[in-house]
Amino acid sequence: MTLKNNWVQLAILAVIIVILPTFFPSGYYYRVGALVFVNALSVVGLVILIGYAGQISLGHAGFAGIGAYACALAPVHLGIPPVLAILLGAAISAVLALLIGRPILRLKGYYLGVATLGFGILVSMVLSNERGLTGGPDGMSVPSLGLRPLLRDMGLRLSGGEFWYIFNAAALLIGIWIAINLYQSATGRAMRALHGSETAAQTVGIDVARFKLQAFIISAVYASVGGSLLALQNGFITPDVAGFMHSVEMVTMAVLGGVGSVLGATFGAAVLTLLPQILTVFHEYEHLVLGLVMILVMIFLPLGLLPSLAARIRWRGV
Amino acid sequence: MDALMQFVFSGLTVGAVYALVALGFTIIYNASDVVNFAQGEFVMLGGMITVFAFDAGLPLPLAALLAIVATAAIGVALNKFAIEPARGAPVVSLIIITIGASILIRGATQVLFDKQLHRLPAFSGDDPIHLLGATLLPQSLWVIGGAIAIFIALWLFFTRTLLGKAVLATANNRLAAQLVGINTGFVMTLSFALSAAIGALAGVLVTPITLVSYDVGVGLALKGFAAAMLGGMGNPKGALVGGLLLGLFEALTAGYISSQYKEAVAFVVILAVLFVMPQGLFGQKTTERV
Repeated sequence: MTLKNNWVQLAILAVIIVILPTFFPSGYYYRVGALVFVNALSVVGLVILIGYAGQISLGHAGFAGIGAYACALAPVHLGIPPVLAILLGAAISAVLALLIGRPILRLKGYYLGVATLGFGILVSMVLSNERGLTGGPDGMSVPSLGLRPLLRDMGLRLSGGEFWYIFNAAALLIGIWIAINLYQSATGRAMRALHGSETAAQTVGIDVARFKLQAFIISAVYASVGGSLLALQNGFITPDVAGFMHSVEMVTMAVLGGVGSVLGATFGAAVLTLLPQILTVFHEYEHLVLGLVMILVMIFLPLGLLPSLAARIRWRGV
Repeated sequence: MDALMQFVFSGLTVGAVYALVALGFTIIYNASDVVNFAQGEFVMLGGMITVFAFDAGLPLPLAALLAIVATAAIGVALNKFAIEPARGAPVVSLIIITIGASILIRGATQVLFDKQLHRLPAFSGDDPIHLLGATLLPQSLWVIGGAIAIFIALWLFFTRTLLGKAVLATANNRLAAQLVGINTGFVMTLSFALSAAIGALAGVLVTPITLVSYDVGVGLALKGFAAAMLGGMGNPKGALVGGLLLGLFEALTAGYISSQYKEAVAFVVILAVLFVMPQGLFGQKTTERV
């Protein structure tokens, strides 16, 4: 993957985001679009962790849960505005990732997967059990971001869907921009080096533990911000946001699209977010189809949907 | 003291189920180096198929047999259509494949059967047995006895039969096993069938106590995995001890600390084991070759 390639991908994505609404038949599609972007943002974080540094996490929904509940709780209990609550959630996630990352990231493969899974489930368990604070499994309402009335006063009238479409798209593009910069930086190169071979990376003087930890913390912040935006957009949150299934969905989105590219991540997020929307007619079959898609893509398109298809087209075309 | 005995009995009962799930993990892990996240679905299938066959009028033993055979066939299909085609794929892909398989099985069960909770009648009635000042359901004895019987049978299979030794050889070194003429493909099929059948049997035994529905598999898989980790991944003896210990920890936590956080015990155990002794109680320390 070249530098040019990555920036081209970002430009393509920006153009798609701008053009897409002209095809929207109703306001509902803005909502779905906003949901795709917010999921994609979390997935970009996982691309850094899985695609750059070669580590896996089955517990990143735990960080999404922390981000989401920070936005639900902090404005009420600490009196800080929701925008700052996003930052607070990200800070808490980063500190937590720092604390658990050190011991966890010594593990490899399945062991790392299961350790992160354990962390994620513990977070969702605390959120479900501490009813006094979080409302338990029934969830709780989230204060509004308060930006839309501000824009209205400035003369810009947006519907809820339109606002979140623009806001989340901006967040996603910024997130991708940071990820691309990271890819080219010394830190990103170190991460990719340890992905290739930890021993080789160590030999050339890369502090493997440090860069793994950095990738883990950065991806935790992405997941946390994604969780915050999801909570603010929906105005309501349940502990499911931190649940095992959400972690699995996030990793599946990343791998489905292809962990090698940021556009692939967005594509994976789009496919997996749209699938249930399309399948609402066949609600009964939703899980069946999701499971089947996961298996088939991993077997037949192991690089992920986008890179595998691109490779196939290139191979035929040239 | 009476309360303690009561917690120990209930801990050993669930612990026996965890031990069987952990054993299923161990068998597949040894044969193929795959951690099968769909292991819990085998337990669920065992319970669900038995319930529906029994309700359709089949006698209980026959319904249970049908469930075990059908689940074993599903295990074989899982290996054939999902694991074997992805041989050599990175760990992330295999994790997604087996999680995908578990979601697929759950989705199919929900469509074919339903989303309700189901129960089976206890095998030998519901009159509690009084023992050491506590009470014990006869079904608990079935669960614990079933687990012990399976562990003994497997131990005999692995140490006394040629086929069992072929499985061990494959687990030890696939290439070397192939070189001495062992059909490793068949060993894989056998391992998946065996693992699925053991899971299904656990489901049949425990359904009269815990009930069954299409979504009980995920929790069981994670608990079984915690048990396998605690005992030492890939070690059948570790699976037994790890399962029973985890069951006891859970029951004692529920009894003395908080029933809400009972479910958290398994994950605290996973993290603690990984941090302090990643090879588990009985696992061998492995050194990585570069």
